[in-house]
Amino acid sequence: MRPGVWLAGAAVLAFLLLFLVLPVGRVFITAFLDADGGFTLGHIGTFFDQGLMRESFFNSLYVAVMSALWAALIAVPLAYFTVRFDFRGALLIQTLGVLPLIMPPFVGAVALQLIFGRSGSINLLLGEHLGFTLPIMEGLNGVVFVAAIHYFPFILMNLTVALRNIDGAMEEAALNLGCKGWRLFWRVIFPLAAPGFVAGASLVFVKVFDDLGTPLVMGQTNLLAPQAYLRITQVGLEDPLGYVISVIMIVFSIAAMALSARALKGRDYATLQKGGASIQRRRLTPAAAVAAYAWIGLVLLLVLSPHVGVLLLSFAQVWSYSPLPDALTLAHYATVFQDSTGMIQNTLLYCGLAAGLDVVLGVTIAYLMLRTTLPARQWLDWIATASLAVPGIVLAIGYLRLYKGMVIPGTELLFTGTWVMIMLAYAVRRLPYALRSCVAALQQVHVSLEEAAESVGATQLRTIRRVVVPLMAGGILAGFVTSFITAAVELSATILLTSAESQAPMSYGIYLYMQSVAGRGPGAALGVLAIVVVAVGTYISHRVVERTGQRFAAQAPVGVTVGGKA
Amino acid sequence: MKKVSVQCRNIRLSYGSTEVLKDVNLDIQPGEFFALLGPSGSGKSTLLRLIAGFNRASSGQLLVDGADISGQAPWQRNIGMVFQSYALWPHMTVWDNVAFGLVERKVDRATLKARVGAALELVGLQDYGARRPNQLSGGQQQRVALARTIVIEPKVLLLDEPLSNLDKTLRVQMRQELLALQRRLGITTLFVTHDQEEAMTTADRMAVLDQGVVQQVGAPAALYDEPVNTFVAQFVGTMNLLPGRVRERRGDGLTLAVEGVGDLALPLRADAPPGETLMLSFRPHSLRMGTPGAEQVSSCIALAGTVEAREFLGEVTRYRVRVGTHSLAVDHPHRAGGAAFPVGDVVSLALEPSQARLLPR
Repeated sequence: MRPGVWLAGAAVLAFLLLFLVLPVGRVFITAFLDADGGFTLGHIGTFFDQGLMRESFFNSLYVAVMSALWAALIAVPLAYFTVRFDFRGALLIQTLGVLPLIMPPFVGAVALQLIFGRSGSINLLLGEHLGFTLPIMEGLNGVVFVAAIHYFPFILMNLTVALRNIDGAMEEAALNLGCKGWRLFWRVIFPLAAPGFVAGASLVFVKVFDDLGTPLVMGQTNLLAPQAYLRITQVGLEDPLGYVISVIMIVFSIAAMALSARALKGRDYATLQKGGASIQRRRLTPAAAVAAYAWIGLVLLLVLSPHVGVLLLSFAQVWSYSPLPDALTLAHYATVFQDSTGMIQNTLLYCGLAAGLDVVLGVTIAYLMLRTTLPARQWLDWIATASLAVPGIVLAIGYLRLYKGMVIPGTELLFTGTWVMIMLAYAVRRLPYALRSCVAALQQVHVSLEEAAESVGATQLRTIRRVVVPLMAGGILAGFVTSFITAAVELSATILLTSAESQAPMSYGIYLYMQSVAGRGPGAALGVLAIVVVAVGTYISHRVVERTGQRFAAQAPVGVTVGGKA
Repeated sequence: MKKVSVQCRNIRLSYGSTEVLKDVNLDIQPGEFFALLGPSGSGKSTLLRLIAGFNRASSGQLLVDGADISGQAPWQRNIGMVFQSYALWPHMTVWDNVAFGLVERKVDRATLKARVGAALELVGLQDYGARRPNQLSGGQQQRVALARTIVIEPKVLLLDEPLSNLDKTLRVQMRQELLALQRRLGITTLFVTHDQEEAMTTADRMAVLDQGVVQQVGAPAALYDEPVNTFVAQFVGTMNLLPGRVRERRGDGLTLAVEGVGDLALPLRADAPPGETLMLSFRPHSLRMGTPGAEQVSSCIALAGTVEAREFLGEVTRYRVRVGTHSLAVDHPHRAGGAAFPVGDVVSLALEPSQARLLPR
């Protein structure tokens, strides 16, 4: 093996150790260390002795489970409709699948408060005309409501893919043996797609369990993530309970992911074979069409309400105790452009650098993993992917603790006080997304293409540059964009790591604005800008992925399986 | 169980503007093992799926046991189908896969147990009930798929390229098992394949399809010996074709002008008027090859050519012999120690008229 391979592996490993493993390890150690530096379970005991902590723990569980449940209720019918029926609504559902994700959930929370809150539009109208109100946004259920409409696309997308991959013959065999309708769905279709469902649902669970922004904005602090945040910011970096909470959050994230991995293990039901057809599409009967459109319409209304709410809010002069804003204005946008151009620039800078770093790491890890015999290369993938289980706030706490007091050489600047910290946190948190993109892209490049280059005289490095990377370009760009847009709406690490307002990115700015009633207008305007950035990015990555897919499809000769398994 | 007939009456089927089945008429006898043979895209699978109820004809009738079932949904038909990919549900055990159809039919537990057990035993997998499909070999999966279908005692059994995913030795073994099973159960069986050997070895009768049209129906030997057109001639077995213009017709024969070969006097009857082009067709093994100048049987059609290439196939050696502008396949029986004709050799070919046929172009 060439020294370059070792060097690349060592560099990646160093990065992962410094900015993921060691900070998180530090959090774990601190949670189990007593004042004298000995091992103790005392902090864990303290945690469960405190009523507030116990309550937060069970609240977090409740919110995460209920959110996954409600998200499933929204997503399962939609996924089934798209795959099963031949109707125009399918495109609508695709759109539904992206819309919520392009908006940070805590922004949506503010808008939903205005529409579904106690004195929101819906309840004002209900109270006035029908004499009752719906406590949708009250308490923990409010968080569940916001989370469910924000995160259901994870289930929708995973389940749709899983359903699409079912070999049509699987269903036809059941029909042939006399099975139809609901029984067909429950006995054959859903079990075959279940791994996709479990993957999506566990993702929702983890996301909600770790979410900091939404509960904070909604004033629900008796949950784990807000408690960790409050402990660290108010009691101080030395308070062990903040670390115990962090450990619990990681353990639950890992448990949820392990569960999903277990569910998927040996059950790769992607049964569609080359040249096989997916399950057959049908025409909807008129009655079914009405029902389907009604459901889609209802979900669309729900899903769009945060967007509409934020948009209205960004143009509203005053919007309080009325179903709709009293008057419209552009003043908030003017404020934002006057005060917050720095934030927009910061977001572009941090997220651009982080996403760049991610694809470089992603390509390197993918290549080491799939194309070299570097010992323990799989570990790079596992470590990088493990960051999915690390909540942003935990990573931030780890950074603050591990690099406490460290000064950048040659300056007086504290390492933890620079924006580099924020950028690195983004890079580590979004690395799994970019990595998966890069791995998928490299798997599509058949080894023989590289061997051909080497046989005509290109060195390994030249082959990577002239053959591998160009062929991976689509996947790399998709990975970049995914990292970029998800980092742009990241709040939990940002809140803790932003040490000066001049360093604040947009997500932090929105959060700050939303703290005061007067700031809601500009906050919403900034939110609209963030949504536009994310929407454009999402669209670009979607197009790129689609186009690359077509290119590869056109290239693959008949009989040659594209992918590593051939 | 009662054996039923299957009849297709003027069946047409289109996807958009492409017509996939064009006026298909078939009469399949009760208990018959019937093969649908054709190249990919010929419409044979479409026809099979139509009988199963997964496709709907644009027009025409589908009669099973004399009753039109065109309007029935797949789950109402009780027509069993074995899929090319087997379509075994990976989330169920072998036992549950086989029991599936009986559960749908709300068969009581004791009967279900007995019938699933019997079906598994029939295919020799009685010890595999607890396994998952992906723990079985291809041949075993094939048997499970078969057991799952026959356990419901279907009126008709449909097999969609059932052997195409098996390796060659297993394919031969399975097709014999399939035939034995069909004989034992007596179910009317339709079998789709693109492999003419498979069709010929198993089927009582077969239909050759091309471009949505039934080209010919008949017993395997009849199709092999008396193809009605060049497509069937070439699809069922290997066939040499020499195009030639009819020069003159006599009472008991005609003279065919074959380009690059010359005039051939043939003791064959044909209705074609002088000037029309016909194809003289004959199988590779019906040519006798010898050195030129050797004694010729006068009743035979004589051709002269040069050996271009040869393939040793075991029982025979297949030569490519250039005759004029045409290249003919000639099978020469192989015997240990027998002399071979080297490439470049000039040879004479003799064809018995009874083994040749004239086909429309």
